[in-house]
Amino acid sequence: MTILEVKGLGISFGGLRAVNDVSFSVKPGEIVSVIGPNGAGKTTLFNMISGVYVPSDGSVSLNGEDITSTPPHLLAARGMTRTFQNLQIFHDMTVLENVIAGFHLQERPSILGDLLSLPAARRRSAAVREKAVAFLEKVRLAGAASEQAGNLSYGALKRLEIARALAVGPKVLLLDEPAAGCNAVETEEIDTLIAELAKSGIAILLVEHDMKMVMRISNHIVVLDHGEKIAEGTPDVVSRHPDVIAAYLGTEEEPAHADG
Amino acid sequence: MTAKQKWIQLGILAVIMLALPAFFPSGYYYRVGALIYVNALSVIGLVVLIGYAGQISLGHAGFAGIGAYACALAPEHLGLHPALAVLLGAGVSALMALLIGRPILRLKGYYLAVATLGFGILVSMVLSNERSLTGGPDGMAVPDIGLRPLLRDMGLRVSGGEFWYAASALVLLLGAWIALNLHQSATGRAMRALHGSETAARTVGIDVARFKLQAFVISAVYASVAGSLLALQNGFITPDVAGFMHSVEMVTMAVLGGVGSVLGATLGAAILTLLPQVLTVLADYEQLVLGFVMILVMIFLPLGLLPSITARFRGRGV
Repeated sequence: MTILEVKGLGISFGGLRAVNDVSFSVKPGEIVSVIGPNGAGKTTLFNMISGVYVPSDGSVSLNGEDITSTPPHLLAARGMTRTFQNLQIFHDMTVLENVIAGFHLQERPSILGDLLSLPAARRRSAAVREKAVAFLEKVRLAGAASEQAGNLSYGALKRLEIARALAVGPKVLLLDEPAAGCNAVETEEIDTLIAELAKSGIAILLVEHDMKMVMRISNHIVVLDHGEKIAEGTPDVVSRHPDVIAAYLGTEEEPAHADG
Repeated sequence: MTAKQKWIQLGILAVIMLALPAFFPSGYYYRVGALIYVNALSVIGLVVLIGYAGQISLGHAGFAGIGAYACALAPEHLGLHPALAVLLGAGVSALMALLIGRPILRLKGYYLAVATLGFGILVSMVLSNERSLTGGPDGMAVPDIGLRPLLRDMGLRVSGGEFWYAASALVLLLGAWIALNLHQSATGRAMRALHGSETAARTVGIDVARFKLQAFVISAVYASVAGSLLALQNGFITPDVAGFMHSVEMVTMAVLGGVGSVLGATLGAAILTLLPQVLTVLADYEQLVLGFVMILVMIFLPLGLLPSITARFRGRGV
């Protein structure tokens, strides 16, 4: 049972072939990681899957339905959302409001009800507020709920972004370097959180530079180099794959360590 | 901002409105007060557009012009009661905002500023050139709203100044209430979210184009109603109401007072309406001092007057 299927995806920028013929699939509850050296096309691949870029070739399907080049806000409605490598936080809103914003689709705002603060709109807001607090507890940010989001530490903002994404109620969650710039403790927290999410049945697609983390939590790894998929498989298989070792270390003669 | 803070802000505004007349040296100041409230109303519209949704407009005086001329023209040509003409103007402004907002809100930053600027100039040119209808640059008379005789029959005798002071104050309170409701609501949150990051707003399912357009239409209605009130209380209107300088004045009031805050916008409107009156003693140097004060405020209180001051007191923003 596959929930996210990527088939023959490719994109060119001018004459540059950034990603070429990449295929893989993700099942519910599975953690699939995309790894590769800098400039391998990981983020570009992510941007195509999440509707930010329109691919030149190939298709993406969610739950069997074709979602290729669907704009991001409609993808969210279909159950797929993402986080960003460089944080995308609503800095001027409180921590709690950031998460409440994640419930946007569930709240289904009506302009008249909101302008006049009609009881129905107020009830929906109150219900959502409680759920948002629960998500903040999940990422251990409940204590900072009324704080301006911009005042939080980097690691806390990474967790806040995940909480906001969870509020969307995704079946597929794309995480672009969730541990980038985090210290060892923060990385482990995020690590545990991702494992929990997968256990709850969410399909997770991960781009991450922290090899130890990738090897520890992934069920399946896709390796990109120069925009092409060069290997795929379980962490064990991938870490011993000669092409992967070559891509990371540049030459076959060097001693082999995929986590370099 | 919680529901409690909303009522506190509205309460502060209401108390000030009630208390101010006690300090008025003459009846003339009711007129000044009414002008402040009308300006504040259009500036609150810009708080929604600029402060909440993060979009700029240098053409909102165009909507004020539509509202003002609706009150001047509709009673004569359509036989509409002036009070209903306010609604007609608001409707036309909303429709205009909907039509032009869809294409131009794709633009960002200064491109959007220039596009909205074009709209404002267009409206003021039409108003100046359609002499047979609008009287051209000389302006035209606006019929009386006819509510004072009604009040007199009910045994309430008020001067024109007092009447417009009270009427503008009530409409401003209503406008402030609506803008504060919006701030706490899902719609307002969507606007503030796309202000923070359009990319992230999309990932949570926010239709960015739709909420920018809503903010634009709402702010257009505020400007239109303010333009209508201005026309009705002056009894006379010229195309200047839709002019570029009026648009700039509105944005300046919003930014000076604090563009994210409803009370701040009101303060900005009050200061920029009063300062020129106070500075007339400086005669030739009036504009010079006014410009200098504005530069100083933006350098030392970059968030605008009210948010900067409250932040200093509380250690954080409103």
